[in-house]
Amino acid sequence: MADFLNTFFFGIYPYICLTVLALGSIIRYDREPYSWRSGSSQLLRRKQLMAGSILFHAGVLIVFFGHLVGLLTPIQLFDLIGISHGAKQMMAIIVGGVAGAFALIGASLLLHRRLFDPRIRRTSSFGDIGILFLLWLQLIIGLGTIAVSMGHLDGGEMVKFMYWAQGIFTFDLTAASYVADAHPVFKLHLFLGLTIFLLFPFTRLVHMLSAPVRYIWRGGYQIVRSKHPAE
Amino acid sequence: MRIRAQIGKVLNLDKCIGCHTCSVTCKNVWTSRDGVEYAWFNNVETKPGIGYPDDWENQARWNGGWERTKSGKLKLKVGGKLKVLAKIFANPDLPEIDDYYEPFTFDYETLQNAPERQAMPTARPRSLISGERMEKIEKGPNWEEIMGGEFAKRSADYNFEGVQKEIYGEFENSFMMYLPRLCEHCLNPSCVAACPSGAIYKREEDGIVLIDQEKCRGWRMCVSGCPYKKIYYNWNTGKSEKCTFCYPRIEAGQPTVCSETCVGRIRYLGVMLYDADRIEEAASTEDAQDLYEEQLSVFLDPNDPEIIAEARKQGIPDAWLEAAKKSPVYKMAMDWKVAFPLHPEYRTLPMVWYVPPLSPIQSAAEAGKIGMDGAMPDVRSLRIPLRYLANLLTAGKEEPVALALERMLAMRGYMRCKTVEGYTDEKIAGTVGLTSQQIEDMYQLMAIANYEDRFVIPTTHREEVEDAYELRGSCGFSFGNGCSGGTSDANLFGTPKRKKIKTPTEFLS
Repeated sequence: MADFLNTFFFGIYPYICLTVLALGSIIRYDREPYSWRSGSSQLLRRKQLMAGSILFHAGVLIVFFGHLVGLLTPIQLFDLIGISHGAKQMMAIIVGGVAGAFALIGASLLLHRRLFDPRIRRTSSFGDIGILFLLWLQLIIGLGTIAVSMGHLDGGEMVKFMYWAQGIFTFDLTAASYVADAHPVFKLHLFLGLTIFLLFPFTRLVHMLSAPVRYIWRGGYQIVRSKHPAE
Repeated sequence: MRIRAQIGKVLNLDKCIGCHTCSVTCKNVWTSRDGVEYAWFNNVETKPGIGYPDDWENQARWNGGWERTKSGKLKLKVGGKLKVLAKIFANPDLPEIDDYYEPFTFDYETLQNAPERQAMPTARPRSLISGERMEKIEKGPNWEEIMGGEFAKRSADYNFEGVQKEIYGEFENSFMMYLPRLCEHCLNPSCVAACPSGAIYKREEDGIVLIDQEKCRGWRMCVSGCPYKKIYYNWNTGKSEKCTFCYPRIEAGQPTVCSETCVGRIRYLGVMLYDADRIEEAASTEDAQDLYEEQLSVFLDPNDPEIIAEARKQGIPDAWLEAAKKSPVYKMAMDWKVAFPLHPEYRTLPMVWYVPPLSPIQSAAEAGKIGMDGAMPDVRSLRIPLRYLANLLTAGKEEPVALALERMLAMRGYMRCKTVEGYTDEKIAGTVGLTSQQIEDMYQLMAIANYEDRFVIPTTHREEVEDAYELRGSCGFSFGNGCSGGTSDANLFGTPKRKKIKTPTEFLS
C-alpha cells in the first residue's frame, strides 16, 4: 500500500497536476481573459500590504527560481564546475532559508491582513484566502525541511530530489522510487507544492504568467491602435 | 507629417452652473457597478479645493504625468521602466480608497422594518466595501461642494501657487468656480506609457484612449501615471477602468452622455487635426509655460488646402475633414484662443479644454476707482485671481488667459451695445484683436450654443473594418464569454458572478 501511495503521489499525481496547470491556464487565458489579473487589494488597504507584499514577492521569487534551477539542473553540471553536493545543499539552505523567511514574514502579514481586515476579508473570494493560506503553509513546511536537512549535510538527500524532479520531466517511470524513503516533511512539501500547481489555473496565481517583463523593451512609450488591423 | 484626427472637447466654465448632471448621467451609464462605486469618470469639483481624489494636482505627492530630464527627454514622473516594474508589488504612488472616499449606502430597510418605538427610525450609513456600519461619513464624492469645509483645508489647492491666498479666506474676498473633470484623452498619455501590460492604447481614428479589459492585469501603474487621476482601479474585477469618451456613441456621431445631458450647454465636441510627428517635440519643450503654445502648434489648420490634400492622402475620411472645418473646438482653441488645456505642465498634451470663467468685478472697480481700462474693466480686477486661472490652464502664464477673458468681456460689451443700445461698436472687437464678425460667431457658438454647433461629430466608418453580416445576432458589448452565462452556478476561474438569464420556458417550468 505504501508503495502504491508513493507511486501515485510522486509518480502519477505530478503529471495530473502539470497537465491541469498547462491546460487550465491555456483555457482560462483563451476563454476568460477578463478574469486574468493580479487581483491587487492595495486600493482598499495600504496598511500591511506595502511591507507584506514586497517581502512576500521578493522572497517567493528567489525561492521559486532557486527550486527551478536547483532541481532541474543536472547534477553532473555541478560536478563539472566543481560544486560538491554538500556545498550545493548548504547554498540551498542558506539562500532558501533567508528568502523563505522573508517570504514567510510577508505571507504572514498578508494573511493576517486578508483574514482580519474587514474590507479585505469581505472582498476576498474563497480562492483568494485558500491559496494564500496554502502558500503560507507551504513556506512553513519548506522552512521546516531545513531542520531535517541539517541532520545530513552530505547532499545525498537533495540529489534524490533532483533525480526525482528531472525524472518527472524526462518521463522516467521509476521517478517516484527516488523519493520513497524521504522524510515525511519533504513528502508533504512535495505534495503541497504539486497541489498548488493543480490549483494554479483556478486562482489569482495566473498573474505570474503575465509578469510584464516585455515592458522593458517595449519600443517607445505610446501605443496607438489602428481601426484597420495589421494585414 | 503624420496627420491624425481626434474628437476634442471644450468645457465653457463661464457657463457651468455646477448641477452635476454630467456626473450623474455618466455614473448611471458607466459606473453603477460593484467595484467602481467610488469612481466618477466625470466629476465636478468646486475650486478652490483639493479636489477628488485628495490633492490630485499635487504631483510631488502622486508623481503623475511626465517630467523633462536634463538632456531634454521625457520621462514618466513615476520613474523609468525598471522603476515602474519595481513598484508593481506595492505601489507607493497609488491612492488608497480613502483618498477618494469610502462608498456607502444607508440602511433604508430599517425605515420600513423598525418596530414601533418612541424615536423615529433612521437609516444609518453602511460601507459598500466591508458592509460594516459607518458611524460617521468622513468624505463623499463631492465633499468640497460650494466651498464646503474650512478655507485652511481647501486652500491647500495647488493652484494658489504664487497667489497671496490668505486674503481669499476672508468672506468679502472669497471666490469659487466649478471645474468638471474627465479623462483628457491626451495626445501624449502618461497612463499608456506607464501600463506594463500594454493594455491601454490611443485609437488612431478618433484619439480616444481606452483600456483593453482583457489585457489589463491590474498592475495599477496607470492610476499613478495619470496626473489627472482619471483612471480608477475596479477592486471587484481587478482591472482598471476609465472614461471611454462614450465611444459607442461617438462612433455613431452622437455626443458623449455628459455632453448630451449638460444643462448649461457648456460642452463642445469637434474634430481636431494634429501632426503626430510633432507630439514628442512639443511635449518636451523646456519651459513649462510654453507648453500651451507648443500644443497649439501641433494642431493643423483644417482650412489649409495643402493640409486637406495630405490628410486625404493619409486616409482621413472626407466627412472628418469637413467636420474639422466646422469644429467648435478648433474655433475656440485656435481661432479665438479662449479655450485652454488643463494643467499643460503635466506634458501629456490634454485634449479636453476649458474656457476660463469670468467673475464679478471687485466692488472698488465697479465704483470707478481702480482698474477701469477704457470701456472694459481690467480682467485683473475680477474676483477670481488671474494667476489662479493661469496656474490651472497655462502653467502660470497670465497673458493668454487675460486675453481670453478680455475677449469674452468684449463679446458681452459688443452684444450689449448691439441689443440694448441698438448700434454695433466695431471698436470693441478691435481692442481685443478680433473682427465684429468673429465676435458675432463667438456669441453664436458660446452664448446661444445650438446643439448642432456644439456637437460636430462625424461618424466613424466602422463598416470599413467590420463585417456587419458576421456581427448580426452576436453578443454586443460584453466581456469574454459574457454571452454564454454557463450552466452551472460554480465559477471555475473566479470571475464575478453574472446574472443568470432565464429563458421563458425555464421561467414557466
